Amino acid sequence: MRRDLALKVLKQHVTNELVVAVYQTLFDWLAINPRDLNYVATGAMGQASSHGLGLALANPKKQVLVFDGDGSVLMNLGSLVTIANAAPDNLHHFIFENGVYEVNGAHPIPGQHIVDFGAMAKAAGYRTVSVFSNLKTFELEVAEFLKQPGPAMAVMKIEAGESFPRNYDYIHSALAREKFRQALQKS
Amino acid sequence: MNLNKDIKYPSGQAIMDALKKAHIQFIVSVPDIITSDGLLWPISKDPEFKLVRVCKEDEGVSICGAMSYNKTRALLLMQQTGLMDSLNAIRAIGIDYQLPVCMMVGLQGKEPHKLSSESSSYGVRIIQPVLEAMQIPYRVIESPEDVQHITADIETAYQTSSTFVFIIGRAPV
Repeated sequence: MRRDLALKVLKQHVTNELVVAVYQTLFDWLAINPRDLNYVATGAMGQASSHGLGLALANPKKQVLVFDGDGSVLMNLGSLVTIANAAPDNLHHFIFENGVYEVNGAHPIPGQHIVDFGAMAKAAGYRTVSVFSNLKTFELEVAEFLKQPGPAMAVMKIEAGESFPRNYDYIHSALAREKFRQALQKS
Repeated sequence: MNLNKDIKYPSGQAIMDALKKAHIQFIVSVPDIITSDGLLWPISKDPEFKLVRVCKEDEGVSICGAMSYNKTRALLLMQQTGLMDSLNAIRAIGIDYQLPVCMMVGLQGKEPHKLSSESSSYGVRIIQPVLEAMQIPYRVIESPEDVQHITADIETAYQTSSTFVFIIGRAPV
């Protein structure tokens, strides 16, 4: 399943949700669906899921979508247990699994083709776990997945499609954070 | 926890009162032996606080930072080992992104009658120099009188959107 096409499907289901995304998935998402409610400043080292949890707990009436990476999740595996324990029903966690550290030279992640992120999420205590490897199936089932109470995980078996420019200056900018802050207050 | 009768210790209840006065709603924590009995256990039973137990301290840095976007106030309660393990997250989220991440850090291994700079523990001695090198403001909480500054320090951190560390050098009682 091409990542850019999967993100275009997701765009059709995103209105007022808070979207936390990382690395190439973030850059692609910003090109496909630029909006101020995109949360772009997660630092590094797999912290997106924890930012998503913070947003979900502090904004219980808003839906939070995390577009995580497989390498990122490996750096913060404990957050799966933390999220399951906190059990926010407004958090949907997507892992875009391509098996490589794409923006850092495309080196394979440890456990490439071996690690089972869905099983990890289930074992951690996520309420719902879905695995998508086919775009047509994803198109048909994503709405139902998003209706499930969180914490819910969708493992997205993807390959790079069209890769959009990596604007690191923007995602680390004060402007991006302020745009999100203001949009959150207005939403 | 063995307490030295000749030394004054900060009050856990007074610290909790100061946190409430500063509108802290969420306590995010990995247990720390210095603050366990006097703070974390009482906090866990206090309905005015929402406790988020995290597996690792850097998760807490991100959680507190994310919460601040809608002005929800949180405190990350941990041991200095967790602080050291979280330095990159603090660098990115607290310093580079200028988010108000407030932390309370128990100094495991510090002798109550000594300054941390005089501790026999290397892990204790380096904490203040590390914070100073990272230009992170902090306050040492050791005596009962030190607690009176907590509310104002948190207010300042949120008003100025800057990170702040309270170093707990003696176990709250």
